[in-house]
Amino acid sequence: MPITKPFDLAEAESIIRKHASVEGPLLPILHELQAHFGYIAAEAVPIVASVLNLTRAEVHGVISFYHDFRTSAPGAKVVKLCLAEACQARGVHEARTRLESTLSVKMGETAADGSVALAPVYCLGLCGNGPAALVEGRAYADLNHRGFDRCVKAVKS
Amino acid sequence: MKLFVSGDAVARALGADELAAGLASDAASRGFTVVRPGSRGLCSAEPLVEVETAAGRVAYGPVFEEDLASLRPVLFDGGEHPKRLGKLEDHPFLKKQTRLTFERCGLSDPGSLADYRSHGGLVGLAKASEMTPSAIVEFVTQSGLRGRGGAGFPAGIKWKTTLEAPGARKFVVCNADEGDSGTFADRMLMEGDPFLLIEGMLITARAIGAGRGYIYLRSEYPDAIRVLGHALDIARAEKLLGPSFDIELRIGAGSYVCGEETALLESIEGRRGQVRAKPPLPAHHGLFGCPTAVNNVLTLAAVPYILANGAEAYARHGLGRSRGTMPIQLAGNLKNTGLFEAPFGMSLGELVHEIGGGSASGRPIRSVQVGGPLGAYFPPALFDTPFDYEAFSQRGGLIGHGGVVAFDDTVDMLKQARFAMEFCAVESCGKCTPCRIGSVRGVETIDRIAAGDRRNENLTVLTDLCETLKYGSLCALGGFVPYPVMSALEHFKEDFQSPRPAASRAAKRNP
Repeated sequence: MPITKPFDLAEAESIIRKHASVEGPLLPILHELQAHFGYIAAEAVPIVASVLNLTRAEVHGVISFYHDFRTSAPGAKVVKLCLAEACQARGVHEARTRLESTLSVKMGETAADGSVALAPVYCLGLCGNGPAALVEGRAYADLNHRGFDRCVKAVKS
Repeated sequence: MKLFVSGDAVARALGADELAAGLASDAASRGFTVVRPGSRGLCSAEPLVEVETAAGRVAYGPVFEEDLASLRPVLFDGGEHPKRLGKLEDHPFLKKQTRLTFERCGLSDPGSLADYRSHGGLVGLAKASEMTPSAIVEFVTQSGLRGRGGAGFPAGIKWKTTLEAPGARKFVVCNADEGDSGTFADRMLMEGDPFLLIEGMLITARAIGAGRGYIYLRSEYPDAIRVLGHALDIARAEKLLGPSFDIELRIGAGSYVCGEETALLESIEGRRGQVRAKPPLPAHHGLFGCPTAVNNVLTLAAVPYILANGAEAYARHGLGRSRGTMPIQLAGNLKNTGLFEAPFGMSLGELVHEIGGGSASGRPIRSVQVGGPLGAYFPPALFDTPFDYEAFSQRGGLIGHGGVVAFDDTVDMLKQARFAMEFCAVESCGKCTPCRIGSVRGVETIDRIAAGDRRNENLTVLTDLCETLKYGSLCALGGFVPYPVMSALEHFKEDFQSPRPAASRAAKRNP
């Protein structure tokens, strides 16, 4: 389960200051804020901006540019299913349909009970063994065969 | 004695960790150490288990948990079993390869610098440390090594420009943002032989006079992040990296366009991954405004071999201006998928049918996309094209980063063309208008063609739009998206006409 905890000013500041001295610190800071709180809270933006001497718009621009960064709490488990060509060629359409119905969630959405979010990803580098997905950062392959149950089990455990 | 249970992301995604755990106590009681190497490249045989025997390493694969009961009694002697593959060196998939860059991958322990050394590692670095920077550059130029990221620009010339550019600080940046679907060579190398990349960067740093290196690795590769991060820690502890040259690992954030070198530099600097106009070249004005050599993982990983064995040893492989070997990645609907390193020049048909073994689904192969989402789709009529930068370009395609994705006859090529435009729209950095707006208009136009709305006029619009994207875009994302679209239109015209038999074929298979 991804850590999602309420925003804490002192914790956020200590994360930001830890990276502030490296060159080009913004992405490492955003990554760690997200890893720590589960998402990048709106309250963090002005603090990041002030420490790095950026405008809030610049920080917001970076957060919104990258697919990985989210600004609200995700589902309890995040499943990223690869929808790129190699997985298409290996029948990801079928895996997607089965996942959506088994997990009761649509691609790009979070399940009504908040238990799981299903998101697209473009290539996990498992292109000879697809369809493939990441569940909370752990990869599962061969989703049209033996991989499907393992993947679903990882989501439901 | 050692028992090798593949630790590659593919193997782990198929249950290799459970295998390793399931074999741990048997291995210990028989005096075997369990090692988790990278992949030997045959993805369709993963999870792979190999055992050291007096007669060499005997492989079994693909091994799943249900095989363990029958495998345990025979495994440690290399005995007979339905999953026994024998010695992989004799397997046709490996026998036909020429492994220069991947010579060690899957064989050595990626978590041990001593093991890297004992497999011939660091010889290239030792040679380089006795050479002047310009001599190293000259050496690499003579090898004919071209950038393996996709553009195929001569590495030696890029280095020479960086070396000669004035600047107190210089950088070497490794582009490990391998976003192309159908490619996984960078990932496999970083997981299987991370010290090779570190050695390649150390040599490059010496050649161009860089005091610091960065590896920009995509977040979609959690296994590679872990293995490479660990290798960097070891390299620091063993003083291979230190104050005079260190490497920082930077993690991407899910943006495809950050694989474009200037967008990548923007991202490291902490901005949106928007492409910079060139010139100035990164070699003159790169990371933090300093002269920077940006090279792909495979380019940097080819360098230690060249230094250790000589420029001639590398250049004698290949075809025309494509010298050396190319780690080709066979993916998608093929029976034998995996990494196939071979000299340039093998035909596409040979790769797909002889090495790849034809389709995994057993249906005829209809289309092959080479070079990632921005590469052209080739029909079987073009399977005689030799794998070579120039030969592919003459036929309206590109080899890019070496990914080969095969589709069987259930593919709907209009849908693939639409996907290319859609992908471009999702991933566009938004800086230039042709890519930002053109890709969205491309999706809409293809939808009109599919719906039969003024089909011929819209085909003209699509062709015209592709011309604009090709010549008017700032980088290869918008500039190359016409390759998959136009090749689909040219070679699979029937999928854009009415009726659309491909659509009903695809619908039958994927209702």
